[in-house]
Amino acid sequence: MTAVITTAAGIARGVRSGEYPAARVLEEYLARIAAHEDRIGAFLLVAQERARAAAEAIDARVAAGEDPGLLAGVPLAVKDALCLAGLPTTAGSKILQGWHPPYTATAVARLEEAGAVVVGKTNLDEFAMGSSNENSAYKVCRNPRGLDRVPGGSSGGSAAAVAAGFASVAIGSDTGGSIRQPASLCGVVGMKPTYGRVSRYGLIAFASSLDQIGPLAGTVEDAALVYQSMAGADPMDATSIPGDLPDVLSGVKEGREAGIAGMRVALVTELCEMEGTDPTVARVFEETVKKLEKSGAVLVEVSVPSLVHALSAYYLIAPAECSSNLARFDGVRFGLREAGDDVEAMNRATREAGFGPEVKRRIMLGTYALSSGYIDAYYGKAQRIRTLVIRDLEAAFTQADVLLSPTSPTVAFPLGARTDDPMSMYISDICTIPANLAGIPALSLPCGTDDAGLPVGLQVMAPVLSESLLFRVACAAETLIGALPPVLL
Amino acid sequence: MSISREDVLHVAKLARLALSEEEISLFTVQLGDILNHAAAACALDTEGVPPTAHPVPIAHLLREDEPRPSLARGLVLEEAPAVEADRFRVPRILDET
Repeated sequence: MTAVITTAAGIARGVRSGEYPAARVLEEYLARIAAHEDRIGAFLLVAQERARAAAEAIDARVAAGEDPGLLAGVPLAVKDALCLAGLPTTAGSKILQGWHPPYTATAVARLEEAGAVVVGKTNLDEFAMGSSNENSAYKVCRNPRGLDRVPGGSSGGSAAAVAAGFASVAIGSDTGGSIRQPASLCGVVGMKPTYGRVSRYGLIAFASSLDQIGPLAGTVEDAALVYQSMAGADPMDATSIPGDLPDVLSGVKEGREAGIAGMRVALVTELCEMEGTDPTVARVFEETVKKLEKSGAVLVEVSVPSLVHALSAYYLIAPAECSSNLARFDGVRFGLREAGDDVEAMNRATREAGFGPEVKRRIMLGTYALSSGYIDAYYGKAQRIRTLVIRDLEAAFTQADVLLSPTSPTVAFPLGARTDDPMSMYISDICTIPANLAGIPALSLPCGTDDAGLPVGLQVMAPVLSESLLFRVACAAETLIGALPPVLL
Repeated sequence: MSISREDVLHVAKLARLALSEEEISLFTVQLGDILNHAAAACALDTEGVPPTAHPVPIAHLLREDEPRPSLARGLVLEEAPAVEADRFRVPRILDET
């Protein structure tokens, strides 16, 4: 078991130099999946044979003197909301059971071009709607660091796969915290780029003005490697940011070597003094902040008053966009069809049978918020609050380089604890939602554990397009705190 | 803000969902709860504040307007629930015999 406990950067170095073959690395991960996946439920599909062929192709390139890329031979798990031609994609929903996408997401294609080996498609909340992975239509996913606990969501399978050592790195999508919150709960690094940094082409849309693809990994450097390999302009996504992609790997190096001294880091009052924050989370967060201050970070406190309304704004905007995006699931062109006497009856029967309760709830809420007579009072109001959040965060970034908060107000909660009350589940996202509303990059890294060994996450937020700064601060923090290795079940 | 059973039925019709009796009752309560939670936000004075639809104010990326092949018809139709004569088949729309 050498590859599993090393980093993606280490695996790629070993594979590129010919020191250890990609095929051998892959077998170590596949062996772990075979031994432990039935207890975790991280994957909806393990693509063994396809992965073996990909790893052999990498080794052949190395043998031929070629360089397969930054992620040569690195086992990658892909959230099942991203299309990969040749493998079924379900988005965690019965309505897409058995569907084979006719094309591959740009992010996945770029990672494969950089040498990553896709090991499988990971479990998720249906259509990425949820904070515990319990809305998956297929199976339960458990937190590898506490098997009676949720892994978080919606990219729960991706976070669990990295935490359990089933893949070296993973990708997920983050609409309101769906990468960072499960990363926090599973004790891995998870990062949401600036809106538009990573192409959304081939990501099954949930809320198009909020969705962003990002990495999950064991270390900040590994997350940066995945980000660097998949980000950048894409003509297939009109919202992707044009121009050259700045190098973030130098930011990682700077963070490791120069540390955090002189950086102005701000505590966001509204997120740090929130009602309902677990005392252990508050304590671990405070201790972490003290460590940063001791090593030279300049601590400031900022207030972002509009954040008290961010959760409400998000839970109007995201359902509104979801109700529009999910209108395409009509039983005509792909996926499930249930019989009906006319087209409308067929649409209704198909959607009733194919969607789970949370997806229906959000379609209903979003349709209501967009309906005649209510659109200005709900959707329009939420979009104006979004402007206030952006303005307030811009003001906060004049006082500080980065903003800090806990990623989640609690550690991983027990399976089933919040499934009866949608509001109690939605509150899980309270610290992560502001970055989506404002489009800014944000990252969660493990900063300690509670007495039972359940991880606490530190969230770092940076201004729009400041990924390099984000990775720099995160890497400096990780160097002080220490990375959390995968669980060897 | 309270949501009535009629509101739920109306929205379900707009959203093309054939909800069960149980779902109608559940959503009547839950949608009301969620909207109540948003009441303070909705009461906020946002006079003169413009709405945000896109968080990063950068010109949209347009690709060159060049003709190129679309997805292969066979590949797409293979995934359709019902196909007839190279087209998506749906229940009868026009009332003809």
